[in-house]
Amino acid sequence: MPKPVAVTGNEAVANALRQVNPDVCAAYPITPQTDMMQRFASFVSNGQVDTEIILVESEHSAMSACIGAAAAGGRVITATSSQGLALMWEMLFIAAGDSLPIIMPVVNRALSAPLNIHGDHSDAMGARDSGWIQLWSENAQEAYDNTIQAFRIGEHPEIRLPVMINMDGFIISHSIETMEYLEDEVVKSFVGEYQDAYPLLDLKKPKSYGPLILPDLYHEYKRLQHEIMGRVKNVVLNVAEEFEKISGRKYGLFETYRLEDAEVALVILGSAAGTAKDVVDAVRDKGIKAGLLKPRLFRPFPYEEVAQALEHLKAVCVMDRADSFGGYGPVFLEVSSALYQNGKGPALINKIYGLGGRDFLPEHAEAVFNELNEIASGGSIKTIKEYIGVRQ
Amino acid sequence: MSELVEIRWHGRGGQGTVTAAKVLADACLSGGRYVQAFPEYGPERAGAPLRAYNRVSSKELRLHCPVLKPQVISVVDATLLDAIDVTEGATEDAIFIVNTSKKPEELRAKLKATPKQKVFTVDATTIAIDCIGRALPNSPMLGAVIKATGLVSLEHLLEDVKKSFGKKFSQKIIDGNLEAVRRGYEEVKEG
Repeated sequence: MPKPVAVTGNEAVANALRQVNPDVCAAYPITPQTDMMQRFASFVSNGQVDTEIILVESEHSAMSACIGAAAAGGRVITATSSQGLALMWEMLFIAAGDSLPIIMPVVNRALSAPLNIHGDHSDAMGARDSGWIQLWSENAQEAYDNTIQAFRIGEHPEIRLPVMINMDGFIISHSIETMEYLEDEVVKSFVGEYQDAYPLLDLKKPKSYGPLILPDLYHEYKRLQHEIMGRVKNVVLNVAEEFEKISGRKYGLFETYRLEDAEVALVILGSAAGTAKDVVDAVRDKGIKAGLLKPRLFRPFPYEEVAQALEHLKAVCVMDRADSFGGYGPVFLEVSSALYQNGKGPALINKIYGLGGRDFLPEHAEAVFNELNEIASGGSIKTIKEYIGVRQ
Repeated sequence: MSELVEIRWHGRGGQGTVTAAKVLADACLSGGRYVQAFPEYGPERAGAPLRAYNRVSSKELRLHCPVLKPQVISVVDATLLDAIDVTEGATEDAIFIVNTSKKPEELRAKLKATPKQKVFTVDATTIAIDCIGRALPNSPMLGAVIKATGLVSLEHLLEDVKKSFGKKFSQKIIDGNLEAVRRGYEEVKEG
């Protein structure tokens, strides 16, 4: 039986990757991801995995090497953060466009300028339109579980897409928490052997990746990418169901907490969702009918399901740990679209919190619940989008 | 101790404070408890003041933010007492454990501790120099913290230190640290 251990998020995910034993890894170090790939590199040097590590001089090259190795037919991983993900930018679209199931933990960190190494979601939110599947994790356990499930999701024959597994830099990557590992053999048999259907190295059946496609077919190609994304939700749910059988842990497209009979709620991603759940309990004791929705699958975004989960509420605040300057926060945009199409739903506000590692404290969540409670009781919305936890 | 125990460590870069918090978390896993250990990350320089935190709970830990109302405050470097307010946010029944050669009564006065708060002192730096040959007070502080709080037994902690240090250090250093933990446990004084 698995027994609880106290490890960091980086250590947990490095061990998930060890258990999967991928064919190729090309990565470049960047805080706060460094320690994860350093651990994985020791697994390689100690002979605990058969993975071939490709030394590269940048993240752009890391992703390029991953694309080549995945097209050749390998099971391929990398990991990055912040500027590293930004430098991969053009290659991200190529990995997705070429339908290559590369698995990439992203240890979320703020973007420069100003230079900051701490946790926020700006990096991955900036890559939301790249065609990658995105899973988000609250803690070390979820980051570990999501990493294992990502292989089954991305490599599914009806999907074949790259997957990012997000976890908050430092707050999760460098903090020690209680979690449980699955047995190595259980993980190995869950992810299975990877058989690429269209390996470039199958010389008897020559094929081409990344050709020039002009206006005659490019539009259709993109339409196909859109269609494939539409299949992801079901695969995520099926994989989650199978994962529950080996772990006892339940996953969905998102998690709801005390939402069914709630009147007000937060929509919040990542580690801050844990803090917010404690606050849901605390404000419920004070008479506020509070709840919470924590997205797990952000790309593709489960619009209908999220709308149905929120439609009965009176007021909702969507919390964003990233900003789209000149626009609303990225999660707010999605929830807003979901509810508009749904035709009915709660009053909606948007708070930007925790940028560059600014602490998200229980008092911040409590203040938001108080504001939502006023709106729910007939008060008007003063500001749609606002920064919270700002030093005066 | 109560269902949730929150600990704040005050040290200076290079004293092993973060390691101490990590070892304590690991040792507290026993009995199905949930644990957290995390430092406040800043510019990491030897000698700069730093904070680290532990949470130990019988319930699943969901909070992902610094400890603001610590029940236990461990001061690994007493020079910090003149630099920062280590009592900030301390609960009314907080336990202070300070690395100093001074008597606990003197520290009680300096900290302006209330009658319900407990103050312990231990000369962790001297113990460390005796046992390890270096002024690395983290091991004796760990011994003192578990004596003052009763979070885990000495035997359990010693096992865990052996496990944590065994991966990286020679037998001589491991033995020195085990002795340092034991002496911290035995020599800590309440006042």
